[in-house]
Amino acid sequence: MPGNKERWSSRLGVILAVAGSAVGLGNFLRFPGLAAQYGSGAFMIAYFISLLILGIPICWAEWTLGRYAGRQGFHSSPGIFHALIRHPLGKYVGVLGMLIPVVIYMYYVYIEAWCVGYAVFFLSGHLNLGGDVAAYGDFWSRFVGATENGLTFSTGHNQAVMFLLLVFTLNFLLIYRGLVKGIEFFCKYAMPALILLAIIVLVRVLTLGTPDPTKPDQSVLNGLGYMWNPGDVWAQLRNPQLWLAASGQIFFSLSVGFGIVITYASYLTRRDDIVLSGLSASSANEFCEVALGGLITVPAAFVFLGAAGIVGQGTFGLGFKVLPLVFSKMPAPWLFGAMFFFLLFLAAITSSLSMLQPAIAFLEEGLGLNRKQSVAFLGLLTAIGCVFVVYFSKDLKALDTMDFWVGTVCIFMMATTLIILFGWGLGLERGWKEAHYGAEMRIPDFFKPIIKFVSPLYLMGVFALFLLFNVFGWDPATGRFEPTAYVRDLIGPEPSTVARLSLVLMAIVVVFFLILIGTAGKRWQKIKAQTGSETETEVIQR
Amino acid sequence: MTTAGWIIMGLSVGLVTSLFIWCLYRVLAYKPPVDKLHGIDDIDTHDVEPD
Repeated sequence: MPGNKERWSSRLGVILAVAGSAVGLGNFLRFPGLAAQYGSGAFMIAYFISLLILGIPICWAEWTLGRYAGRQGFHSSPGIFHALIRHPLGKYVGVLGMLIPVVIYMYYVYIEAWCVGYAVFFLSGHLNLGGDVAAYGDFWSRFVGATENGLTFSTGHNQAVMFLLLVFTLNFLLIYRGLVKGIEFFCKYAMPALILLAIIVLVRVLTLGTPDPTKPDQSVLNGLGYMWNPGDVWAQLRNPQLWLAASGQIFFSLSVGFGIVITYASYLTRRDDIVLSGLSASSANEFCEVALGGLITVPAAFVFLGAAGIVGQGTFGLGFKVLPLVFSKMPAPWLFGAMFFFLLFLAAITSSLSMLQPAIAFLEEGLGLNRKQSVAFLGLLTAIGCVFVVYFSKDLKALDTMDFWVGTVCIFMMATTLIILFGWGLGLERGWKEAHYGAEMRIPDFFKPIIKFVSPLYLMGVFALFLLFNVFGWDPATGRFEPTAYVRDLIGPEPSTVARLSLVLMAIVVVFFLILIGTAGKRWQKIKAQTGSETETEVIQR
Repeated sequence: MTTAGWIIMGLSVGLVTSLFIWCLYRVLAYKPPVDKLHGIDDIDTHDVEPD
């Protein structure tokens, strides 16, 4: 088995690895767009409340549960749930902790490839497409194959696939090197480099002044105002969509509920601090999101395009259509454009690396595979998923469908399970005591009722809102329900074949994982039976 | 940029930056306890009368 004795080599290493997992494209592209859209004053109130009662408590719960199960020799989500829920079915609950990161990896690595591609395009001068945002939109659509299925596999349009091959290989090379020599080593350099690059780009953006004297309104100050000036705060706070957006952003930004943090924490010893480490990783993520992402993206876009250029742009629109135009208008576009997209790449790869570790851990401890076999097995599985996502690229339908059902719905389910398991399964007092072994700071006592009652209820409330708005399509103004496109694509009068195929792929992966977990369970039982009075823990740790 | 905008930006950015720096300081400044080996003279057996 097990016998996996990997441990983090330094405390800073694990903090940077967890922070690297959390800091992603959403910090620089999604957060600023949401804050500007909902009015920063009200949004930030909801955002910080969500951080306090949702993000940080779940984060501590995940670190605690992970370290607790890690001491018993388990590092994968099914193993961790097997250790936590003493029931034959317990390990199957952990399937979410494998499914989520593996499926997200299948499309996330493709987005990562776009970032490298754009950094290279800026360096080579291929992104000087003039002053029309439509030209950048067309470029992006052709590059990612959004106009036609299979486009990126055809000769002459396959640059995205080439970049994908590059980043896919890099990810697996690093994961093959292991926890310390791969993930920790890379994050120790990548995270400080990311912050440094972001600070350089930030200084560049904040010193742009008013680049076009004929448009005095489009200044950095007004750009910051567009991002941060509050509207009618109290009226906005009554909008349930705002709470959904703010808590969703906290939730996804901190990577809680992915099954990654519990795996990372399982490589800690009981003497290692998890309270301050968890808070540090969260604070690094928040710094990158609010202090860097919040001051770069929207003000930069505003300065060159005004408010009209930002409104209605989604994450991809802002990142791959608007910002390339913005950087192309700055002095030394090749430098700052390449820097910005390289920092997005660093943010993405530190996240994608973390997505592979839970499955690798499972293959090693559940099936007894060695590192080489695990990497080959997972490489094949994720490559099949990647080819599926890249081939069915029209309107990014496969990517979007997988992101919605696994990258959003399943994460809500997993996070709810984890916080309930901590507060009610393990028991608050026991969990509290467990969290404080080796702790360098105490969790304030007012977090006790938050973790036991407020966080689960708040999370379930947010999940209910999410289902109401984004699945059932509830319109609060009329009270009517109109199922959203995600549902109509599957069971509507004009279903999408690609969406249905994506669901079939996800279902196959789930069934496949469940079979593997069943096999792993038998193996764990066998080990326990063979060792007589020795506990499974001792055998595993041997 | 209105005054309220400056306040919200300052509070938001200031809060996360302060928390990040504080955490970083605590993590980097922490020195793990070193096990001290006591010499024979350090051991007080409580059975010796004071002079």
